[in-house]
Amino acid sequence: MSEVLERVRKIVIDHLDADPDKVTEKASFIDDLEADSLDIVELVMAFEEEFDIEIPDDSAEHILTVGDAVNYIQDKLAA
Amino acid sequence: MVRRVVITGLGLISPLGAGVEISWKRLLDGQSGAGPITAFDTTDYACTVACEVPTVDGRGGGGPDIEGSFDPSKVLSNKERRKVDDFILYGIAAADEALNDADWHPETEEDRIRTGVMIGSGIGGLGIIAATALELRDKGPKRISPFFIPSSLINLASGQVSIRHGLKGPNHSVVTACATGAHAIGDASRLIAHGDADVMVAGGAESAIVPIGIAGFIACRALCTAFNDNPTQASRPYDKDRDGFVMGEGAGVVVLEEYEHAKARGAKIYAEVLGYALSGDAYHITAPSEDGEGGYRAMVAAAKDAGIDPATIDYVNSHGTSTMADFIELRAIERFLGERAATATVSSTKSAIGHLLGGAGAVEAIFCALAIRDQVAPPTINLANPAEETQVDLVPNKAKKMKIDRVMSNSFGFGGTNAALILGKVEA
Repeated sequence: MSEVLERVRKIVIDHLDADPDKVTEKASFIDDLEADSLDIVELVMAFEEEFDIEIPDDSAEHILTVGDAVNYIQDKLAA
Repeated sequence: MVRRVVITGLGLISPLGAGVEISWKRLLDGQSGAGPITAFDTTDYACTVACEVPTVDGRGGGGPDIEGSFDPSKVLSNKERRKVDDFILYGIAAADEALNDADWHPETEEDRIRTGVMIGSGIGGLGIIAATALELRDKGPKRISPFFIPSSLINLASGQVSIRHGLKGPNHSVVTACATGAHAIGDASRLIAHGDADVMVAGGAESAIVPIGIAGFIACRALCTAFNDNPTQASRPYDKDRDGFVMGEGAGVVVLEEYEHAKARGAKIYAEVLGYALSGDAYHITAPSEDGEGGYRAMVAAAKDAGIDPATIDYVNSHGTSTMADFIELRAIERFLGERAATATVSSTKSAIGHLLGGAGAVEAIFCALAIRDQVAPPTINLANPAEETQVDLVPNKAKKMKIDRVMSNSFGFGGTNAALILGKVEA
């Protein structure tokens, strides 16, 4: 498992009080992890803080799953 | 009132413990909920005592093995907990207990639409507002939590309770400083009497034992500062050594119900809301007028609303904050009761639980309902030497068994806002 995935999973588990087994790359924040739109705003802020990056609102709108977040962050860090 | 309103459920998170019965038992035993402030470092604060809710994490002298300690994890998950200030947490917990006590869990759409919520607070999420202001300064606007606003808004106590229990009736909230809890119960009763709802979950909640809350009330010269080394003696209404109020926290919530509705489902009835009134001092932002006429007018109007002679009121739970205003109120009560004053019974339960600000009136209304149930007046603890003479029995230090059919609870708030509630026994 990539380092980014592990750090993203930890944030998601902490913020959403989610069962770690359910926090897979395919897991949808809203459909699988019981998040609402404000939870996702908070999650994105936590990703920004953890990885010291900025995630603009129009990009954040496309982050719907754990995997989406990991891919976005990896691309951003590689850029 | 057009329709009769009764109290069918009680819920309490108080400095004496989590739950109605343990708080009431400790109150009657003469225990104090005060202690050194554990919530934050009080270095440089002129007042270092408060009545904190004993909590399993060690706050307020609580602990996982200490009876009556509040366990937030039994109310909300960690995820949900982060989205509410403590006043909302306390309000949710007290509302849960009150609804369970009333055994009212509406499931049909009609029952849900006929059940509303009116839980107020004096100051709301003061601690979160202060902490978020510092984050704004230090980290800028992009770091503000999306839950900042909904976690600190006063009416979100009502909102959260409504969402949690599916209550779709009137959703309202009161903000009248230290009269909030009494106004919430009174106004919610009027909604039922008027036909807007059949059941209302009503009360008040507060969590102002935070640095800016304590510092602010110290600055108003309202808090006790002479008993930092002896916290359980600090709240002493009517005593000559009193020197200010002791901050409390927690929530009191009642289930109010239209009388026939309660009777039809065989609900347990604690008391009837016989009368309620409000008044304004038009005098000063923090002090009552020296003749106490604003409070007096509220009492007179409540008795008129109830259609009763003031002399038939057996017990008065006073506002009695342990400040200079104690005797201003007592003289107004004496004037109100007339000849009955010579044999009247008045106590201030703030002596034991401190001043819950927006929660106070609701918690004290609950104590009044229990006084009727158990036929006992709770004591004014720490009353060694009354500062002024009175014929009234202030119930010093020991609870008093007595016949109690009717009670009155007074609540007065900054801004010169007053409320008086009169409750009465309902014969089975």
